[in-house]
Amino acid sequence: MAATTKTNMQLVVNGLLNENPIFRLALSMCPAVGISTTVANGLLLGVAVLFVQVFSSCTIALIKDHIHQRIRIPTYTLTIATWVTVIDLVLAAYLPVAYKAMGIFVRLIVAFAIITMRLEVFACRNTVTASFWDGIGMGFGFMFGMVTLGAVREVLGMGTLLGYDVLGFRPMLFFVLPAAGFFLVGFMMAMFNYVETLYNRRAKRGS
Amino acid sequence: MKNDVKAFWTLMLIIATLWIGGCEAPSFIKAAQFEETDRIVLTFAGPVDPAWAEDRDHFTVNEKPDPDILLDIASVRLSPDQSRLTLTLADPINQNQPHQVVVKEIVSEGRNMGTQAVTVSKPYFGYLISILIGALLIQNFVFSKYLGLCVFFGTSQKKSTAVGMGITFTFVIVFASLMSWFLYQFVLKPYRLDYLQIIVFIGLVSLTVQAVDTVLRKINPALFKAFGVYLVLVIANCIVIAVPLILADNEYNMIESLMLALGAGLGFLLALFLMSSVRERLDFANVPTSYRGLPIAFIVAGLFALSFMGFSGMSIF
Repeated sequence: MAATTKTNMQLVVNGLLNENPIFRLALSMCPAVGISTTVANGLLLGVAVLFVQVFSSCTIALIKDHIHQRIRIPTYTLTIATWVTVIDLVLAAYLPVAYKAMGIFVRLIVAFAIITMRLEVFACRNTVTASFWDGIGMGFGFMFGMVTLGAVREVLGMGTLLGYDVLGFRPMLFFVLPAAGFFLVGFMMAMFNYVETLYNRRAKRGS
Repeated sequence: MKNDVKAFWTLMLIIATLWIGGCEAPSFIKAAQFEETDRIVLTFAGPVDPAWAEDRDHFTVNEKPDPDILLDIASVRLSPDQSRLTLTLADPINQNQPHQVVVKEIVSEGRNMGTQAVTVSKPYFGYLISILIGALLIQNFVFSKYLGLCVFFGTSQKKSTAVGMGITFTFVIVFASLMSWFLYQFVLKPYRLDYLQIIVFIGLVSLTVQAVDTVLRKINPALFKAFGVYLVLVIANCIVIAVPLILADNEYNMIESLMLALGAGLGFLLALFLMSSVRERLDFANVPTSYRGLPIAFIVAGLFALSFMGFSGMSIF
């Protein structure tokens, strides 16, 4: 793949919709199922991933000419691990309560496939600016997915949104249970697929 | 053949070294165990001062995972020979959790023996089995902790792939966890480098995978042919990095670590096997177009997760 020709805005939209990390690429499913129980959780992990994605993408784009082909994957891993350590220590210091609620997942960002995958297919072939915007797009795409899942689960499960009571009752307590994460991700993916087929059909009819 | 034997003994030697290293330093408190439902009995190496033992402020008891929540001690009683001390708590103890007892400024025959902490847990073998079963079923890493899903959905399409991946994964995770446990306990912790744990563990896991790859290729090419392809995928599995982190957080000793790693590996194998059995049948089912592939797999996994919730709260020993 040659260097990208997309504009910065297109890169962001690409991450948000066309290649949404959760619903389209189906990468980083563990956090999507595991801790999307509330909007706040989703948002916080989204911010952490955004941070790690942007900084790792920029780092790799900066030093890409000096990385030998055969050790590129270990280099990516170490770069990500460094930035994850940074965000891990920052969150533990400034947001201890929320950090505890997310448990081990902040440190597991290091194993999220989405970040390594973006470094491999994008950052190592593009300029720092393009990588920055791609990182922003992917990070926000991830955050968007997490917040959507979190909102549905919080409203349906607890009747609240961002901690505020919106319904006044708890419609389906089931959605707070972690097992519901699997169902919801399944439904959302199916919905994305359905919308895509509809869209393609219309595009065909139009042409 | 000769090489095999040599490799085996080298491995045994490494394990033996780790074993000895895993033993704890001698302590003035010789033993601590649960008695009945609300008592903890401490046995000291020598007689302790009765006046010291009367003061309840010298003892704190907490469940090991929650060091902030101290349990109420109702009474402290010293045996006539002054070496056995019974702590009676206000409420019954949850004996499935290991408890930590901190004994402050022990006074024995006029000498101050310092402050010592001791962990009370159920008979050790039962405790080990409960860690194993816990990681395997009750807190299954895939269905109850939601880790390793990318690889889980990627390799559960066919039974043969699933079993191959599961076995390879179990081997690698046991090796990687033991090595990272060793490194954490003897290098990172003594030198206060534990903020480096993420970098060190991920590096170690990649190295282990590479090492297993190289060793297997030389020693048993047939086995390598069967399982080599899955080795690369192991690195992309977040369980393999989660287990070392959990070991470091909970301060497990070596045998406990081995059990947790084994449980995690076998639990992943079980999850993959169950899932692949269902997905092989799904191939013949009439699934709505939008749901084909991953979405239906997620819903099946959700059903599995629901049924695994039936294990929650179970305790075996």
